[in-house]
Amino acid sequence: MADFWQQVVAGLASGSIYASLALALVLIHRATGVINFAQGEMATFSTYIAWALTTNHGWSYWPAFAVTLLASFAGGVAIHQGIIRPNEKGSVLRVVIVTIGLLLALNGLVTLIWSGEVRAMQSPFPTRTIDIAGVAISIQDIGTIGVVLATVVALWALFQYTKVGLAMRAAAVNPAEARLVGVRVTWMLSLGWGLAAVLGAISGMLAAPSLFLDPNLMAALLIYAFAAAVLGGIDSPIGAVVGGLTLGVGLNLIGAYVDFVGADLRLPAALAVILVVLLVKPSGIFGKSEVKRV
Amino acid sequence: MSALLALDGVEARYGPVQALRGISLEVPEGAVVAVLGANGAGKTTTLRAVSGTVRRSGRIDFGGKPLRGGPEAVARAGIAHVPEGRGTFTELTVTENLKLGAYTRRERSLRADIDRVSRWFPWLPDRADQPAGTLSGGEQQMLAVARALMARPRLLMLDEPSLGLAPMIVREIFRIVRELNEKEGLTVLVVEQDARIALQSASSAYVLEVGKVAVAGSSDELRENESVRRSYLGY
Amino acid sequence: MRHSRALAPIAAFVGLAVIVAVLPSFVSAFRAQQLAYVGIYLTALIGLNILTGYTGQISLGHGAFMAIGGYTTAILMTEHGVKDLWTIPVAAVVTGVVGFLFGIPALRLSGLYLALATFAVAVSMPAVIKRFEGFTGGGGGLNLFGLPELTASLEPVTVLGQELTFNDWLYYLCWTVALVGYVIAWLMLRGRTGRALRAVRDSESAAQSSGVSLRSYKTLAFGVSAAYAGVAGSLFAIATTFVNPDTFPIALSILLLVGVVVGGLGSLVGLIAGAVFIQFLPIWSQQISKSPGAPAVVSGVVLIALMFVLPMGVAGLVARLRTLTKR
Repeated sequence: MADFWQQVVAGLASGSIYASLALALVLIHRATGVINFAQGEMATFSTYIAWALTTNHGWSYWPAFAVTLLASFAGGVAIHQGIIRPNEKGSVLRVVIVTIGLLLALNGLVTLIWSGEVRAMQSPFPTRTIDIAGVAISIQDIGTIGVVLATVVALWALFQYTKVGLAMRAAAVNPAEARLVGVRVTWMLSLGWGLAAVLGAISGMLAAPSLFLDPNLMAALLIYAFAAAVLGGIDSPIGAVVGGLTLGVGLNLIGAYVDFVGADLRLPAALAVILVVLLVKPSGIFGKSEVKRV
Repeated sequence: MSALLALDGVEARYGPVQALRGISLEVPEGAVVAVLGANGAGKTTTLRAVSGTVRRSGRIDFGGKPLRGGPEAVARAGIAHVPEGRGTFTELTVTENLKLGAYTRRERSLRADIDRVSRWFPWLPDRADQPAGTLSGGEQQMLAVARALMARPRLLMLDEPSLGLAPMIVREIFRIVRELNEKEGLTVLVVEQDARIALQSASSAYVLEVGKVAVAGSSDELRENESVRRSYLGY
Repeated sequence: MRHSRALAPIAAFVGLAVIVAVLPSFVSAFRAQQLAYVGIYLTALIGLNILTGYTGQISLGHGAFMAIGGYTTAILMTEHGVKDLWTIPVAAVVTGVVGFLFGIPALRLSGLYLALATFAVAVSMPAVIKRFEGFTGGGGGLNLFGLPELTASLEPVTVLGQELTFNDWLYYLCWTVALVGYVIAWLMLRGRTGRALRAVRDSESAAQSSGVSLRSYKTLAFGVSAAYAGVAGSLFAIATTFVNPDTFPIALSILLLVGVVVGGLGSLVGLIAGAVFIQFLPIWSQQISKSPGAPAVVSGVVLIALMFVLPMGVAGLVARLRTLTKR
């Protein structure tokens, strides 16, 4: 039984990481209607920045964390303003290709700047475990869950209680009307991309200590994040969080207890989730069903 | 009274289609002016040209200064545009809609402003936390006007407020518009298909036809001229 | 049908066929092999073009269809001793059926959701192939090199009085298939089918109300485009003489979509440009800089730049040039 709870907590931790990245995908999709295939690579790039600051320049962890978030925010804004915005008026395909180009360029850039060697990334949390009711729970897992939770709450507060948050929501659901009340819609969308980049960076920095840092760190994570976002509803922030946690716990338990799946098929299991959800209820658990029966 | 808003030779097009072929009109400060005409005459496009929602050429002066830029800049200049179809944020609550109305203003006195606006629409506070989409058509139209008022605009532009609403509600809306104009001196430019009700509230009107001004004058003049009424106003 | 209008494209096509036929005499065997791959990608792109260009369904999973075709060929050759050429139509049918079946649930998805679903299929394909080891040879893959069933692999083959070594044979095989495939597609799309498919792309509701059976045409498009990809995969297996789960990675699916967009949806010139792009972009990027990671950066930047400069792809550029010269 103790093993079960350990799996659950570990699942919640990895689920938090999926949730953070999924939230980034949802933010961008809600605001700009784009699926950002480059979200994972953006997160990888951010994580490398954090690594470089702590390892190469000897910074201590939390200042490096903060600076990385700021840099990621700026990067996200810049990418939206410079690369995405000019292509928004084109077809869906055009934007897909642009994000794919971004994916390739960032992946290559990471290798170019820091080489493809696998690196170790320090964790801000001690690797001990603590004993809760007879179950050994890793502090790292608790810390991960805590950081993501705090981020989600902060984001929620931003959207619910601030003027900027309200403007962002308005810009996402109704850009034409938002302009009429004076909202600078394009900048609100860029803000969305900036926040998404921050979420991705958090995801990467939390994942790197256990998964090790290499240019392909986020590739698999991106798939899990897609699965979580689709499961929860691609336009629902709550869905992204719930979907991520559910996926994390679910995959852990299935991997541990169902022999056929084992470790190898975790990724296809996540993909199967995507497919099943898309076929049964494309709008996900929390999404609104589009009435588009053709 | 000087003109708060003046258009001179304004042209606008949607792709290859020329919607406005040189519109000139004036909205005096403190007046209610109506823009009338059949479907496709260019009424909505005129408002869009002012608010910068559509690209246009020609001169537009607001408060004596040239008006430039897109909708965001025009809103900051003090023009509130209530578009066709109300433009309420259906997914956001009534209060959130009102807060957005005051987006361009810097003061933090939102509570006071919401109270002020609620005096004109007393039922608003009861629906404060409801999503705007759950309101009826008439209520949404009034919410849209209330939202526009939150900005303390110098000019209120209304696009077809009667669209899809029952006559009683339309009369109520125009009554409120008249009172706003009389009691607060709000300048209003209203586009309407229903010429009769528009002329009851407006002091002057412009009748558009295929992108140009066909007839203009005070409401009394237009109403008393039978041939104008028959050919242009439909009654 | 105005015959004078049809004459120009037919003449151009014949001209192209002649160029293709004569080219190997002027280039090295290595180059011929590279051009053979261009022909393979062209076949896949013709199929993808039918799906994305005509019915507007985005697929990021055509690499998976290529995998099915490739493995069909490999399995038939290694375990059942079937001659390579005969495996090609089998691959087409198998993949076409799978594509058609996939097209049925795909009806419920649109735009980006479909892209995601196909993306998921393509990413999971290598792992699925590995899992069914007994059938597919698992991670070790299947080796076609040296098999007698592989034409021209052990000794040159004689075609139309000409003796062809492997690379040249490959070139002619791939390009014959590609050009024949193009003609078939052209015939299919000229008439009612083409109009119906275009109607689906431009406005689903309008198409439906004018009696076009949406479901049939969309699933048909999936099946047909998958069949083309299957044939391309089959040729790919023959060309590389080896398949394993990593022969058809997600990058291939992405490249195919990129090829179709860069080439521009529609014209043969565009599709050829797209196929050339897929084959040579990695090579050109390497030539610009060999530092690790640099080719990827170059490719990425080129892609982004192309979307700025040529949003309609090469075909769009050609169309614009054509309208300029007409004046």
